[in-house]
Amino acid sequence: MYNAKFVIPGIIVFAGLFTAPFWINMLSSSHEEVKVVLPAEPVTFFGEARSECVEPREWMAANHMELLLEWRDQALREGKRIYVASDGKKWETSLQNTCMACHSNKADFCDKCHNANSVNPYCWDCHVIPQGNNHEFE
Amino acid sequence: MNSSRRYFLKVAGLSTFALAAGAARAEAAEASYEAYPEGLKAHRWAMVIDTRRIQTPEDMRPIVEACHKVHNVPDIPAPREIKWIWDDTFEHAFANDPDPMLPENIENRRFFLLCNHCTNPSCVRVCPAGATYKTADGLVAIDYHRCVGCRFCMAACPYGSRSFNFQDPRPFIKDLNPAYPTRMRGVVEKCTFCAERLEKGLMPACVEASNGAIMFGDLNDPNSIVRRVLSKNFSIRRKPELGTDPGVYYII
Amino acid sequence: MVEKVLKGSPKYYIWLLFLLAIIGYAFIVYVFQLIYGLQMTGLTRNTSWGFYIAQFTYLVGVAAAAVMLVLPATFHHYHPYHRVIVFAEFLAIGAVIMCMLFIVVDMGQPQRVLNIILHPTPNSVMFWDATVLCGYLLLNAVIGWTSLEHESRHVPVPRWVKVLVVVSIFWAFSIHTVTAFLYAGLPGRHYWLSAIMAARFLASAFCAGPSILLLSLLLLKRLSGFDPGKSVVKSLSITIAYAMGLNMFFYVLELFTAFYSGIPGHAHPIVFIFNGHEGLNVWLNGWMWFAVVLAFASIFLLAIPKFRNNMKILPWALVMLIIASWIDKGLGLLIGGFSPTPYETYEVYTPTFWEISIGLGIFAVGALVVTLLWKIALEMKREGGEPFELAE
Repeated sequence: MYNAKFVIPGIIVFAGLFTAPFWINMLSSSHEEVKVVLPAEPVTFFGEARSECVEPREWMAANHMELLLEWRDQALREGKRIYVASDGKKWETSLQNTCMACHSNKADFCDKCHNANSVNPYCWDCHVIPQGNNHEFE
Repeated sequence: MNSSRRYFLKVAGLSTFALAAGAARAEAAEASYEAYPEGLKAHRWAMVIDTRRIQTPEDMRPIVEACHKVHNVPDIPAPREIKWIWDDTFEHAFANDPDPMLPENIENRRFFLLCNHCTNPSCVRVCPAGATYKTADGLVAIDYHRCVGCRFCMAACPYGSRSFNFQDPRPFIKDLNPAYPTRMRGVVEKCTFCAERLEKGLMPACVEASNGAIMFGDLNDPNSIVRRVLSKNFSIRRKPELGTDPGVYYII
Repeated sequence: MVEKVLKGSPKYYIWLLFLLAIIGYAFIVYVFQLIYGLQMTGLTRNTSWGFYIAQFTYLVGVAAAAVMLVLPATFHHYHPYHRVIVFAEFLAIGAVIMCMLFIVVDMGQPQRVLNIILHPTPNSVMFWDATVLCGYLLLNAVIGWTSLEHESRHVPVPRWVKVLVVVSIFWAFSIHTVTAFLYAGLPGRHYWLSAIMAARFLASAFCAGPSILLLSLLLLKRLSGFDPGKSVVKSLSITIAYAMGLNMFFYVLELFTAFYSGIPGHAHPIVFIFNGHEGLNVWLNGWMWFAVVLAFASIFLLAIPKFRNNMKILPWALVMLIIASWIDKGLGLLIGGFSPTPYETYEVYTPTFWEISIGLGIFAVGALVVTLLWKIALEMKREGGEPFELAE
């Protein structure tokens, strides 16, 4: 190989830099767990005070975006605006009027996790954040 | 169970597995969607505006306000204004029907303009992303999440019913309705015939605010209010010669 | 092959830096447009397309124009064109890239541009336009690149490339036809709702595109000494003359239908772009008349062989033709299309400084792409031993 004494160390340095995020993560202390604030008060939906989310918590943590996208398509394109959850409970398919009725504190719920994961969904460019913790809406 | 649902559950299953929680996977499979039982249904929604009963800007203002308030329509100055329902003269509203000998009462009358929710909407035909579409009951709707903002629909609409958000509309909304979303910069918007109200059993906001001067119903149902009114009164539509089959009728 | 772009004269580097500077400036302006939205343009609710879409339309024509060399060379075995065909194909690549950029900067939500592919809608002409443009870019890149490679090594071009060349001929007509269909199928837009729109587009493309190519080839001769050859210049200018004649004839057909029928819808937009409306001062009016003068001057010079074959006159005739066709398609088409509005009102659209800045940036991207590709082509031809000077 031509210039092996430059090429091989070069490849090693490149590989090291490329995988640096993994090494840094391994060496640094364990990441801080995100502490989202869950709603305390039950909220009334369809005449019933509820304190549980539409689906179990772990499942929601992983899948809420997919669920929201499905809610959107069902409501807008199929005219079906009621979600019958796996436990048979009915909910209106609305980010603004269902989700955020309980999770009214966007900064302590949505933002904490989104910021920690460095995702920036544009939901609130249109959907209105409940008043009282309204940081972005001027 | 539709295929998107199945894919969704697959992803869901994998994600829960990754979280080592395993909870709720089986139960989630039974989730489904329904329409509101009280929702109003039609084969072809249509509107009849009795222009004899709404003539002046004073008659019109509360109706426009009812619509614009409930839908968070911003108040942006021309020429980049956003309008869902507004008014104009006969000459402008029925530009295809020029008549220099208009009687004075028509000449002075104002006419409501809004999306015609055409049977053959040219805006839907041209949309490259499927963001604007026709629903099963004859509404022309827009999915603001999908709109790419190319404005082809605005060029295609022969009625000038569509508005584009040249800027963030929020600073121009004075009195926010917290139950309805706003729009964002870069998407097209227009009148929805209040799809979100119809599906909960409510008449459109303008109809409700019009004291019966605006009628709304199923054009395919001979007993509906719109059919009964149209069978007794002569009505015109905007640019029917273009073949779009507009769904807003004007009693003159 | 690609390394050829690295070596050049100081002039070459200064040119590249100049283009990069414009691109950098335009990019910054575009970032502001992304943040503040299309309020930075002169567009309004009633004139919802303007400078960007007009440039897109004009450049689709420039891209399609390569066919004016490829067709005679392929179907009629007109050999002199083989020497310069790769330059036409590379110019087409630059033009298509500019088209795509003009579409993207015109979008309100460019981040969602993939929705056109994720949710394909065959009923939309825009979907087909995106498809044929991407296809045309690919065709020209593959054909241009492989033929250049084979020619410089003195081996015959493979058979599959020849098949693609035939495909590209039909494809070139399709891209501008589909672009015309964007306009010609819209109910209620009087100026555009004309069956001859696609034919007009093709005619104006086949005069303006080859003019830009010929002018660039003459410039290339000065800069590098690569002579396209007398017969190339001669045949191409004849093509341009005929296409310009057709282009003007088709416009006269529009005028006849509009004014002899007397139907207001047909006549109003034309009256508006040439004469304004009831004292409404329209900056475009002067431009439109200027275009008419230039069009007649250029067709006069191009139609008469004595002037057309005079190398001192030809470049000026080409410049006049390019400006005239650009005013017609790049300004008049869109402004006339949106006025009168659906309410038979009139509105004057004027592009803003920022809008033009972003447009210039895209033209600079096109110039950069064409410069680099032409540089490669030139160096490959030099390496392959192709003579730069021709004794004819």
